[in-house]
Amino acid sequence: MSDAAWPPAGCALVTGASRGIGAAIARALAADGWPVGVNYNASAAPAEQLVAEIEAAGGRAFAIGANVTDPGAPDHVFEALEQHFGVPVLALVNNAGITRDNLSPSLTDEEWDAVIDTNLTAVFRFTRRALKGMMRARTGRIVNLASVSGLRANPGQSNYAAAKAGLIQFTRTAAVEVARRGVTINAVAPGWIETDMTADVDRALLDAVPAKRAGTPAEVAACVGFLVSAQASYVTGAVLTVDGGLGA
Amino acid sequence: MSVTKEQVQERVVEALASFGPDADTITPSATFEELDIDSLDLVELAQIVEDEYGVVLKGDDMKELKTVGEAVDLITARAA
Repeated sequence: MSDAAWPPAGCALVTGASRGIGAAIARALAADGWPVGVNYNASAAPAEQLVAEIEAAGGRAFAIGANVTDPGAPDHVFEALEQHFGVPVLALVNNAGITRDNLSPSLTDEEWDAVIDTNLTAVFRFTRRALKGMMRARTGRIVNLASVSGLRANPGQSNYAAAKAGLIQFTRTAAVEVARRGVTINAVAPGWIETDMTADVDRALLDAVPAKRAGTPAEVAACVGFLVSAQASYVTGAVLTVDGGLGA
Repeated sequence: MSVTKEQVQERVVEALASFGPDADTITPSATFEELDIDSLDLVELAQIVEDEYGVVLKGDDMKELKTVGEAVDLITARAA
């Protein structure tokens, strides 16, 4: 049962969208007809540039600065977008994420907390805020960016893995809770994707990827775009891996 | 802002009806269990009440509520 009019009368929000996978997702959703909120933390210039690029391509976008770990950020961002576009947020992509890699014996409290706050707690808070409007609208799409590290061990990333595994189980549980309101919540778990976040990773590790190459942000964005589409209306609580076969 | 019990009653019935049960079955003595209104429905009702009357109903408040009439009475009292 896919909706006749799609996108619905709502806008999309992509957190951490100024570059990398988030920017590719913002481009994809704008191309699908969504007015897109481009959230950024520190990188205002690239976010404004992305908005200009989307607008030049005939889409609608709006850059909105906020640190997702700020407890007031969800209200601030949702209110700004709903005022700018004049419609509620009916698609949320929790993409903002950080790494603070270290082996567990030497992992600091700061490294642990920063990753949990950004990659897990902020996802909960933005999802909670989004569900208010989506439940009332009886439709909505939430996609949370997990990671292959949330599914299998990757030494040096115990904080990141714990956050991403938590994100996956949060996604599944919340999805089940709200399923009958027409709201879907899914996760996308990328493997090795070419972004600033993976720039320093040893290239020899690519040998472990069956596809023998890194993925692109656009390849992840395409999967997010599907989960946000009308066609994905019966997909909820799912984890879609996009990893060249790494986790297979 | 002051609201009457009748206004609250009307809004609560409208909200509950949007969750499934026929409006004419939503009487003050009807229990949420009879109406097949579950915890997610009550969470949404609490959001509506908060948005429209500024009344914050916590999870503990909602757990105590068994009937439509009890909900209307609580919301009316808090909104006063």
